[in-house]
Amino acid sequence: MNDALSLRQVLETPFHARTSALCRTNHWGNWAGYTTVQVYEDVQIEYFAARNAASLFDLSPMTKYDIEGPGAEAFLNRLLTRDVRKLRAGRVAYVAWCDDDGMLMDDGTLFRFDADRFRLCSQERHLPWLLDSAIGFDVDIADVTESVAGLSLQGPTSCEVLRQAGCRDIGALRPFALDRFEIDGVTLVISRTGFTGDLGYELWLPPGDALATWDALMDAGPLHGITPMGSLALDMTRIEAGFLQANVDFLAGGRPTRTGRLRSPLELGLAWLVDFDKGHFNGRRALLAERDNRASRYRLVGLDVDGNKPATDAFLYDRRGREAGVVTSAMWSPTCKKSIAIASLNAGVDVDLDGVWADIYVSRELRWRRIKAPCREVPRPFFNPARRRATPAGHR
Amino acid sequence: MNDENERKPALSPRPERYDVIVVGAGHNGLTTAAYLARAGLKTLVVERNPYIGGAAVSRELYPGFTYSNCSYVCSLMRPQIMRELDLPAHGLQVIPFKGSVTMTAEGGYFCSYLDHEQNRREMARYSPRDAEAYDDYSAEVLRQCRFIKDTLLMTPPDPVSLRPRDIKGLMWLGRRFASMGEDWMADTIRFWAMSCGDFLDQYFENDVIKGHLAGSSIIGTALGPCSPGSAYVLLHHYMGEVDGNIGAWGYARGGMGSVSKALAGAFEAAGGTIRTAAPVQRILVEGGRARGVVLEGGEEIFARRVVSNMDVKRTFLECVDAGDLPETFRERVENFKIRGSSGKLNIALDGLPSFPSIPADCPARSGDMHVSDSIEYLERAYDDWKSGTWSRRPYVDMMIPSITDPTMAPPGKHFMSVFVQYVPPKVHGRDWTDADRDAFRDTVIDRIAEFSPDFKQLILDVEVRTPRELEAEVGLTSGNIFQGELTMDQLLFNRPVPGYAQYRTPVKNLYLCGSSTHPGGGVMGAPGANAAREIIRDARP
Ligand SMILES: Cc1cc2nc3c(=O)[nH]c(=O)nc-3n(C[C@H](O)[C@H](O)[C@H](O)COP(=O)(O)OP(=O)(O)OC[C@H]3O[C@@H](n4cnc5c(N)ncnc54)[C@H](O)[C@@H]3O)c2cc1C
Repeated sequence: MNDALSLRQVLETPFHARTSALCRTNHWGNWAGYTTVQVYEDVQIEYFAARNAASLFDLSPMTKYDIEGPGAEAFLNRLLTRDVRKLRAGRVAYVAWCDDDGMLMDDGTLFRFDADRFRLCSQERHLPWLLDSAIGFDVDIADVTESVAGLSLQGPTSCEVLRQAGCRDIGALRPFALDRFEIDGVTLVISRTGFTGDLGYELWLPPGDALATWDALMDAGPLHGITPMGSLALDMTRIEAGFLQANVDFLAGGRPTRTGRLRSPLELGLAWLVDFDKGHFNGRRALLAERDNRASRYRLVGLDVDGNKPATDAFLYDRRGREAGVVTSAMWSPTCKKSIAIASLNAGVDVDLDGVWADIYVSRELRWRRIKAPCREVPRPFFNPARRRATPAGHR
Repeated sequence: MNDENERKPALSPRPERYDVIVVGAGHNGLTTAAYLARAGLKTLVVERNPYIGGAAVSRELYPGFTYSNCSYVCSLMRPQIMRELDLPAHGLQVIPFKGSVTMTAEGGYFCSYLDHEQNRREMARYSPRDAEAYDDYSAEVLRQCRFIKDTLLMTPPDPVSLRPRDIKGLMWLGRRFASMGEDWMADTIRFWAMSCGDFLDQYFENDVIKGHLAGSSIIGTALGPCSPGSAYVLLHHYMGEVDGNIGAWGYARGGMGSVSKALAGAFEAAGGTIRTAAPVQRILVEGGRARGVVLEGGEEIFARRVVSNMDVKRTFLECVDAGDLPETFRERVENFKIRGSSGKLNIALDGLPSFPSIPADCPARSGDMHVSDSIEYLERAYDDWKSGTWSRRPYVDMMIPSITDPTMAPPGKHFMSVFVQYVPPKVHGRDWTDADRDAFRDTVIDRIAEFSPDFKQLILDVEVRTPRELEAEVGLTSGNIFQGELTMDQLLFNRPVPGYAQYRTPVKNLYLCGSSTHPGGGVMGAPGANAAREIIRDARP
């Protein structure tokens, strides 16, 4: 990092010239040191663009590490809980990794470009952990956060927008696949991935091409309802998709100052990411013990909460008034027309049998009311449209 | 041509006996049916048209375009019903839009915005005083809405009954009313009887602002903005919400037929059966009890209970023998006010029409567009209706949902919905002719073209609906879009007629579930849900 950059409190993403021109609310946030748009115009409108048409989100601040070399696969297989050998070139996987105690350090996406080249994207920074874990493997690890710009184009018409922008064969790209495409003379990587749980794509490109690519998409998109989306609307879509947010639904990074704050992937509903049969990986022994001794302390669930008041930060209690857990993410879902929540339940609690309710406080013109809202356990994702999985991708 | 809601008429196998037959697959009939089926009752819906939905329908009448043929915006649909029947899982999605705009005779514009302060500044361009009075106005409207909203999903208590249930209901209403305080009670009573014009005059001085706000007070009503009672109609259009944003309106993705389709999905998932192209000719009544229905063509279908989604007049004056009804009841049904006042143009456009008076980047374009810039304009339009013709300078509520919803038209093309007032049920006392209909169409198109120079060239297809078509195709008597006017004498325990506001009728086991019943018209589902609750109550052993 050069001196000039470190003197600046916040940096601008490669799309800043465009995002700042479109941000009517002047509502910005700090995402990993970059100033990023929270709301361009109206949260609801941006949210609905993602669910009804196409939303464009600048995800450049996402932490990205390139992991390359003959030992890359073995290294990642040792680091991550999934079997990386099964990830073919041209594919992306949702992954998680643990410390030696089997506690989740972070989740993220792993891109495999070819046999020896991978990219790991995550919310938090992990370079020391990656480098230390790599000792003994023939692998190079580089932080490429600043040299790769990212855009997320999501929603039912996203495929059509890309087609209009010149990616003729985009419809054939399967969920979790990636490929090289060209937009206005710029070669870039597009993956059929995203945080919204809907049909959608992520575009990865050199920062120097950022503005041209943004313009090409915005030019291609008006007839398909393309709308820039800020972080607040994205968060709504990710809750509906049932995805976990680092440092909201779990503590990432593995360095809490208090004990007992971390969660294992089994406690976070991520058992499906843990492959005990693939051989050794960080945290395996502890996770195996947790599984075999049924020692999980928590269970992550999706809840359908009565009423229309979001159960944000609510404590959960059982019928007898005993603490049963806590809500980590909650919202009124405009698409499901329910109040939904992601919650961490204490081990042994059964939402339906124990009569779990959320303790919600609402101010009605400054008179506070306490609402005891009954909850039901429901599967995640809360919203799971068929178009998310369909190939060829639908254009609507 | 592939029609969105069109269904193959199911062949009728051997005669079957149902617990309930619902006559009409309007959204209320489907709502009732879905609740009944979920309660375990064997339920059949018979619909006259080859498609479902009644006035909540989408059809592809021009290739590639989805028309919301009648209703076009969604807001009133009760969130509780969407949730209980799991309508989102059956494909219902309501998308909010960004505002509305009135174009003025002078070539100016006045917008409503989602953002409160932006809205205030916009009003201040016309009147700084009005801009700040708007908050008082909104608070009063909200207060009124809150009171009414709590009554939507309740069966109106009968004020002359002594049954404990009715007395409890009345006491509840009375307590709610009294708890608002004496001043508010006085205001409310005045409000219910007031004209929209008088109500707005209490807050605003500017004509354009008043004209912009008054539109909602005339929709579906054979009243002018200066007629007593029109203030309530304003409220009726305000009490909706989209995701908790009270007063907000949205589009049902895929057109209004998506509401009916989702309801049908919920109904069928619960085991119910829908038969389309099955017009009921008569409701079978024996010994004062409904026994089933006779379809045109003579087929008889039997059931323990019959529910009519048709309006109260069509039900009792056309489908039940006069001899089976008490005379006073029949008289009251005959006197039920159900005058048509609206028409509609559904237009397929080859491109987005320009409206030079609206700034290019104005977000309000995606919402309602009006050309009525004063209360006087609306009142003049009403004068024409009174003298038996459609308004020469009509009120139009124009919308282009395809700007927001990509499923309505091919990319770059647009569907435009133009709701029109006033349009009389008869032209100078005689029936509508095709020539009248075409002249009406031209009046509306010419008026819009005054604000959009390229509009006419872009038109690919127009579906014109006068009260004649609304009556013939949807079965709405005299083309009244709400199955009966929303005036105080026809609301709550007076809807449709005093003594029969609890979805039951003088014929045992015959019920009403359509918009003729409390709380009235609009794509709201409340009459249907309330009726289902009463039927389930009666069906319980
Ligand atoms: C032009 C227009 C625009 C409107 N705009 C809006 C709007 O934007 N937003 C809004 O909320 N509301 C709007 N409304 C009002 C709203 O659409 C209606 O109040 C509502 O849809 C009525 O629903 P319903 O189920 O009560 O009755 P209906 O929709 O009238 O259903 C009655 C059903 O019964 C069937 N039927 C009739 N006779 C027979 C028979 N003999 N045998 C079998 N079936 C029969 C009919 O075909 C119909 O399907 C509009 C209405 C119209 C007409």
